Amino acid sequence: MFTKSKSIKNKTDFNQDERLKKVSNLKILLNRPELGALGGAILVFIFFGIVAGDTGMFSAYGILNFLDVSANLGIIAIAAAMLMIGGEFDLSIGSMIGFAGICIAIPAIYWGWPLWMSIIFAFSMAVLVGYFNGILVVRTGLPSFIVTLAMLFILRGATLALTRLITGRTQVPGLRVLIENDPIAWIFATDSFKWVFTWLGSMNLIALRTDGTPLATGIPPSVIWFIALAILTTWILMKTRYGNWIFASGGDKNGANNVGVPVGRVKISLFIGTAVAATIFATIQVLDAGSADTMRGTLKELEAIAAAVVGGCLLTGGYGSAIGAAFGAIIFGTVSMGIFYTDVDTDWFKVFLGAMMLIAVIFNNYIRRKVTESK
Amino acid sequence: MSDYLVQFNNISKFFGKVIALKDVTMKLRKGEIMCLLGDNGAGKSTLIKTLAGVHKPDEGEIIFEGEKIIFDSPKDALDIGIATVYQDLALVPLMSVTRNFFMGREPLKGPPFLKTFDVEKANKIAAERMGQIGIDVRDPSQAVGTMSGGERQCLAISRAIYFGAKVLVLDEPTSALGVHQASVVLKYIVKAASQGLAVILITHNVHHAYPVGNSFTVLNRGKSLGTYEKKDISREKLLSMMAGGEELDKLEVELKEMNRISS
Repeated sequence: MFTKSKSIKNKTDFNQDERLKKVSNLKILLNRPELGALGGAILVFIFFGIVAGDTGMFSAYGILNFLDVSANLGIIAIAAAMLMIGGEFDLSIGSMIGFAGICIAIPAIYWGWPLWMSIIFAFSMAVLVGYFNGILVVRTGLPSFIVTLAMLFILRGATLALTRLITGRTQVPGLRVLIENDPIAWIFATDSFKWVFTWLGSMNLIALRTDGTPLATGIPPSVIWFIALAILTTWILMKTRYGNWIFASGGDKNGANNVGVPVGRVKISLFIGTAVAATIFATIQVLDAGSADTMRGTLKELEAIAAAVVGGCLLTGGYGSAIGAAFGAIIFGTVSMGIFYTDVDTDWFKVFLGAMMLIAVIFNNYIRRKVTESK
Repeated sequence: MSDYLVQFNNISKFFGKVIALKDVTMKLRKGEIMCLLGDNGAGKSTLIKTLAGVHKPDEGEIIFEGEKIIFDSPKDALDIGIATVYQDLALVPLMSVTRNFFMGREPLKGPPFLKTFDVEKANKIAAERMGQIGIDVRDPSQAVGTMSGGERQCLAISRAIYFGAKVLVLDEPTSALGVHQASVVLKYIVKAASQGLAVILITHNVHHAYPVGNSFTVLNRGKSLGTYEKKDISREKLLSMMAGGEELDKLEVELKEMNRISS
């Protein structure tokens, strides 16, 4: 070990001080990966505030509406962002959503399982699928893009084929009656803070139905999950050893391995994370709709990746933030709902989504160059 | 006799029919810098990987602090204190100085099962360590990508020392650096040795090796051409050994011949 000695105290070797530029706090802030998404979200709110401020979009009901859409996307976008920071992609998220829905509905409706058991079954399947994705990518060294693209087709096909085989159709309804008194389902199906909305309604501060109950009944479960996951993942990334391993695995796989980071295990756990997030998404939607649909979640993986990219994740891994992906999801959710309140044809939403992503990628690329620029 | 910290005796390594290394012997005392010189293809990489525990030697033995040891993995080598700093440095440019310094070995705090990465402590140690080698890290959360090549090299070496290296194996630490930066890195290597580390410096640059080395081993086509104390060999002799002296001599004769003809 080193002890301090006189000979190593001279600090003149590298830093000729006159060559150091002062770095302002603003510039440090600009280097944060989530900044672009935060700015974008603020712009989107200002835009709709001006264009649709008096249309009911920003009533309690309207806000919960676009928050619900944002939150659903956000749940999978956060997991996708974590995986991207770890240096991999998961294109099977959307198919996993459909598969998880069926894993809940078929046992519950056709095999007579209690709902809680079906939900646990779906999550177990998610862990298996995620583990399989992860181990394939880690062991073969193939790009995760290809491996999970294959899984996209396999899972969607299996979902469709198995459902038709067992039920003779592609949709499984009838779940709503099972939710009541189930020991687990409420976690995915209960609105929270109802008393706040009842109180607001009684004070005539929010819109009421004709029977006097408030139009907005409570915070939907998706929003609670979304906020909880955003906090948990940000804490993991910033404050835990595992978080550092995620950055390291995505930044330089070999380097990380050489200093003892269990890169394989980290990546597998992140693949399990995306599959589990897809299952949370599916459970909330299936219980909300009361039915499972084999086509549910189609193309959701691309939206999740788009939100993660807008949130500052680099496609090459090793850089990004979970909170950024959350803002990315809020941007997309808000625009997709907000567009109904404007005169703009909703067909334009996809154009916006694509343009947003393009701008984000160019911006991220610029930031990356800034961060890695040598003096 | 056994005042050697580490001895590599008659190390050989074969890949199928190819003899990558044959009977290479190196001995190091504490505080010594041994320079391993060799041209491209001399077997330097194979030797490094054998020292680091990536390859198992097919013949020969490694004796560390008087005991014979066998490495099953790079981790074994690291655990007893043989740390290898590869050319890629195992640094992630997008990550901060602190996060790189403690990558894979993060200090933790807090109750069991809820242990968190002690960022404050890590920042403090990283800044302190970098300060000791003359790199003033204003902000330990700045990305490593913003540092110069020499600074990165020193960071990687400093990290290895902090985590308890006794033998430091450095793979071409100066090859990608300019003159000034290279001299700073070499100075740091000498300092590290003066603190009691044994250093194996692998390089093809005799001009970098000669001023800092205590002894020199020249590797040519997988074989050691011998180990020389500094007093026993000149820089020019080393140079010509490395390049396969005869070939250079021949070239010189040929060039002279050409000059004679053209003039």
